[in-house]
Amino acid sequence: MDVPRTVFTKRNLVWLAVCLSIYFLVFFLRSYGILGNYHEITIAQICINIMLAVSLNLIVGFTGQFSLGHAGFMSIGAYATSLALRSRPDTIGFLIGITIGSVLALVVGVIIGIPTLRLRGDYLGIATLGMAEIIRVVFLNLKITNGAAGLMGTFRAANWTWLYLLTVMAVLAINNFVNSSHGRACISIREDETASEAMGVNTTAYKIIAFAFGAFFAGAAGGLYSSYFYFIKPDLFGFLKSIDMLVIVVLGGLGSITGTIISAILLSLLTTILQDFSSVRMIVYSVILVIIMLFRPQGLMGTVEISHVIDKFARKDKEDANTVS
Amino acid sequence: MFLQQIVNGISLGSIYALMALGYTMVYGIIRLINFAHGDVFMLGAFIGFALSTRFSFSFFPALLMSMAACAAIGMGIERIAYRPLRESSRIAALITAIGVSLFIEYTMMYFVGARVRAYTPLLPSSIYTFRGVIFSFQQIVIIATTVALMLLLNFIVLKTKRGKAMRAVAADMDAAQLMGIDINKTISFTFLLGSALAGAAGVLVGIYYNSINPLMGSMLGMKAFIAAVFGGIGSIPGAMLGGLGIGIIETMVAGYANSMYRDAAVFLFLIIILIIKPTGLLGSSSGEKV
Repeated sequence: MDVPRTVFTKRNLVWLAVCLSIYFLVFFLRSYGILGNYHEITIAQICINIMLAVSLNLIVGFTGQFSLGHAGFMSIGAYATSLALRSRPDTIGFLIGITIGSVLALVVGVIIGIPTLRLRGDYLGIATLGMAEIIRVVFLNLKITNGAAGLMGTFRAANWTWLYLLTVMAVLAINNFVNSSHGRACISIREDETASEAMGVNTTAYKIIAFAFGAFFAGAAGGLYSSYFYFIKPDLFGFLKSIDMLVIVVLGGLGSITGTIISAILLSLLTTILQDFSSVRMIVYSVILVIIMLFRPQGLMGTVEISHVIDKFARKDKEDANTVS
Repeated sequence: MFLQQIVNGISLGSIYALMALGYTMVYGIIRLINFAHGDVFMLGAFIGFALSTRFSFSFFPALLMSMAACAAIGMGIERIAYRPLRESSRIAALITAIGVSLFIEYTMMYFVGARVRAYTPLLPSSIYTFRGVIFSFQQIVIIATTVALMLLLNFIVLKTKRGKAMRAVAADMDAAQLMGIDINKTISFTFLLGSALAGAAGVLVGIYYNSINPLMGSMLGMKAFIAAVFGGIGSIPGAMLGGLGIGIIETMVAGYANSMYRDAAVFLFLIIILIIKPTGLLGSSSGEKV
């Protein structure tokens, strides 16, 4: 089979090297005992938050559709994985569960997206919030999900390798989607829905695609969550969880994957640090939130990506070189 | 049984209506879902609680003082958190509103603890029966207070100069400014009215449910917002109607079906309404400008 030339560009190889070195760095730090279990929990949280926030950024940041119900999709993946691991507590069970959960989240995303994505702005936000709330109440009342008590895990399938692999895959998939012609169509909907429709973009279809794609990765993140943290209950996937994800996205910058990753790491670290001061944790969190919004409402990165910055410098170097010679 | 549910629904619904008015007026004027509104309402309930237990005030002074305090809090929130963001993106304003809401909830939790408190019985618990339908004295007071406050609000909005300014700013902020209306003052006044009503609703909920806690504002606030959307956001009669509608639906589902599904039913109903008539019952649809 011919591999297209564009796969092995210098740029992709550099990114591959970066990804592999991060993986092995954490791997060796863990095997030499520099990073303990305590740190691993934080790392797991960072990975899951990155997946959730990047997938939400696809919906809110790139397509401009305001969603307040991402936790609903996450809970579908989490419950599916937990149930699969109950009947088959090994890695195969984990993979089956996370696949079923993600696909189920995608299907629910399409089913919910078709009627609600006709709504715009705040109305869509409220409708998605309602949807997540309905999913939560259903899990609260079903027998198989054990109601408010929740499910206890049986087997910790998700380790650093799985966490990292799935996170990188999610970020890569969403990044490639955003930079494809389909992604451009989604961005055009954010910029001006009417104009984009006039240019022949099937706005409804692209909105549903972005919504379902985001739901899929939220489901996968939920699967990782339930298999790593063992214990899930409906209350974990309430309104506050959706808000947490939205905060990461807005803080990082709507429409910047780099920003989302940075803010996911920062906010997860902040949560870990504040864990020891649980009584004032939420107070500090909310104050930081308001202060950041007041002084930097466009988020840390705006719509800028790290690759843009690097490209800009590379181009500048080349131009400088040309002028010298 | 049916009539009884209607009566219960109306008394719960009138509380939602009082809160929905705050949401609808603020949304109508600055297009912001004021997530902190539910928490102003919670503060109102706690102020009423403090006044009646610590200082043994009776119902009406407690209600009025709680309304005044909430009005001040609401204006303060607008001044500190929302005004600097008026020109920035709506999602930034929304995140700020959520931040303010979390701040109020957890600061309150820090000071008073998460436990549920029983409200002091401010009103005699006498019961009247009319053709088999039971009215409690509390329900009558709740409905009467709501009606009185709504009449007052209607008077302010429709007959006074400030009310006219509010309507003008809601219709077109730039044009209103060109006509010499002080936008900041008008928006402050809107927050004052809405928050005062939330304060009243807080005290009434304390009486109705007999228990208060620092996180009560988020769920009740959400339902009140749904009531505002149901009635048509930006419309004051719509908020009243929507509040009553949501209250009746909720008691009906709790009475005839499973009360565990009560909240889900309200949200499902909202989604259906949004799909059939996105502008709500009495909302006016503005044509899309290209």
